[in-house]
Amino acid sequence: MKADPAGVLVGSHYLDGDYACGEGAMAAGCRFVAGYPITPSTEVVERIGRRFPTMGGTFIQMEDELASMAAVVGASWTGTKSMTVTSGPGFSLMMENIGLAAMMETPCVVVDVQRGGPSTGLPTMVGQADMMQARWGSHGDYETIALCPQSPQEAFDLTILAFNLSETFRVPVLLMMDECVGHMTEKVVIPPADTIEIVPRRLTKQPKETYRPYRVNGNGTGVPEFARAGDGYRFHATGLTHDERGYPVMSVDCQELCVRRLVDKIRLNADAISRYDEEQTEGADVVVVAYGITARVSRMAIDLARKEGAKVGFLRLITVWPFPEKRIRDLARKTKAFVVPEINYGQMALEVERCAAGAAGTVHVPHGGGGVHDPEAILKAILGVKR
Amino acid sequence: MSTILGRMELPLEEHPIAPYIRMDRMPHIWCPTCGIGTVVKCYATALEQSQLDLDKVAVVSGIGCTGRVAGYLKLDGFHSTHGRAIPFATGLKLARPELLVTVFSGDGDLVGIGGNHFIHAARRNMDLMIVLVNNFIYGMTGGQNAATTPPGAKTSTMPFGNYERPFNLPHLAASCGATYVARWTSLHVRRLTKSFREALGRKGFRFIEVIAPCSTLYARLNKLGTGYDLMRFYHDNAEIQHGADVRDLDIAFQDRIICGKFIDEERPTFQEMMMAHYKKVLGEKYVPMSPEGGWIHE
Repeated sequence: MKADPAGVLVGSHYLDGDYACGEGAMAAGCRFVAGYPITPSTEVVERIGRRFPTMGGTFIQMEDELASMAAVVGASWTGTKSMTVTSGPGFSLMMENIGLAAMMETPCVVVDVQRGGPSTGLPTMVGQADMMQARWGSHGDYETIALCPQSPQEAFDLTILAFNLSETFRVPVLLMMDECVGHMTEKVVIPPADTIEIVPRRLTKQPKETYRPYRVNGNGTGVPEFARAGDGYRFHATGLTHDERGYPVMSVDCQELCVRRLVDKIRLNADAISRYDEEQTEGADVVVVAYGITARVSRMAIDLARKEGAKVGFLRLITVWPFPEKRIRDLARKTKAFVVPEINYGQMALEVERCAAGAAGTVHVPHGGGGVHDPEAILKAILGVKR
Repeated sequence: MSTILGRMELPLEEHPIAPYIRMDRMPHIWCPTCGIGTVVKCYATALEQSQLDLDKVAVVSGIGCTGRVAGYLKLDGFHSTHGRAIPFATGLKLARPELLVTVFSGDGDLVGIGGNHFIHAARRNMDLMIVLVNNFIYGMTGGQNAATTPPGAKTSTMPFGNYERPFNLPHLAASCGATYVARWTSLHVRRLTKSFREALGRKGFRFIEVIAPCSTLYARLNKLGTGYDLMRFYHDNAEIQHGADVRDLDIAFQDRIICGKFIDEERPTFQEMMMAHYKKVLGEKYVPMSPEGGWIHE
């Protein structure tokens, strides 16, 4: 369906990534946000806190990030699209209830505007070191979807996509922004509501007597139909391993059924979820793989390398999780090496290396955080690959 | 009429609260003589007496023995994470304001790991009814020391007796802003039911503590006898003092337990404060969350 015009601030704006993300959420139909202040993400909720009262939305500043994430999961069970926003230290606290959202199959969006870590790290300065935490941060086996915007415009667009994917697959979707994109101000075009496609919360039409909250009706996606609290379905949802009635069952068989489906609904749909930009990878000796702000820094290095005659392709990751395994595997057969710059000491590079599986080399270009790469460092890595 | 083991089979009568319980989940996990089942019975009875639209009643629990309540009541029920029942319920309530939300959990969950959420929800006067079953220990994990263990009582992690000072929960709730505060034991079936009924009809942060010491672990570790002996103890040692000063409600080891209704007052809830404020400062521009929530549909 099309977006609710109440949340869409149509026009051409000069916005930073944080504000653009907030606008994206409101355009996507988000009407509940719980958060706790943390640099460099706070501007997202400041924007929402100012605009929500005019569109029937509720923002609450909770006592901490544990509470924020728990409130978001609770709110989502009313059918209201819900979101929270944080940075590294808060992201760590949210892991508990991100796991609950995954287990209960609760659609919601979590924005992490990444700063330097570990611990309190560099509160006001950039990092990209929460990428593996986005994948593995909560205990147990589950799958998430994570997106990385490279600009304020993309912060707007990908926040809408994050909501749409979370509604489609009933998973928490993580928008892994970084401080640079969050605080960078650029032109953001917000199109009219009737051109913005959103996935609404689809409520089950099954009769109340026979409705089973976690029954999958052979629609091929592995995603069960949703009933919201207050409509008379009187269902039960739990973080315990549960059967299709939502009732806890402590058994090997039930664990296999319950958790296997949580994992499979993303893994088996990975191709449909996966998004990336690709250019000049045909016949390339080197393919640069980058995301977020580092994708923009890489672009300069790639231009310089091409001027030196190097055949360089570029794969910009938009969805980082699920990771585009097939694409990397295919490219690995045709290229000599991947160059992976990122603002950490090696996270997504490990995924590239795993998928390349020795068919092509993987050159990591690390940066500890607090700033972006010097394009020269990326250029050197590109030119260092033997032609 | 058929016979089983030589006895006459009696005609089966439905339990009076069966319509409020997920009978397909019986038997429950609670130990024989545990007080939690009694508390659930009182709550279900209060629901019945209150004539509420049960489609609009939701219950949220955390983790632990009492945390299982949300899974047994035949309502929209959420079994959330350890300590987070109150913030989960906060989201549920704010995003669909017409819901009547009860949080049903234990002392370890609500004031141990979840203490921060408890005091803030009370401070905000969040429109939630909180039922806290206080069993004096962590029951499900094996009788460890809690923030409510009476001084001197033995627990599995303090085998030589507890030397920490426990919370006085009615005092904690009242000092943070709760608008309804009561305490009963699981022996006080009639009075507890009345308190539930009253609280269901109020709004704001309503707190009811039910003393129900773990009859398996707390009683065994402290050589207090059986569930029957615990009941006898409440009978002999519970004193009803409505309106008692909440500062005087500490519970010492095997000492008197002061019960009653201590606070019952009206104060605007979080949502009422929010709506009144936005109406004042934004006027016509203010669009409140619809009672049915912010679900956007075609």
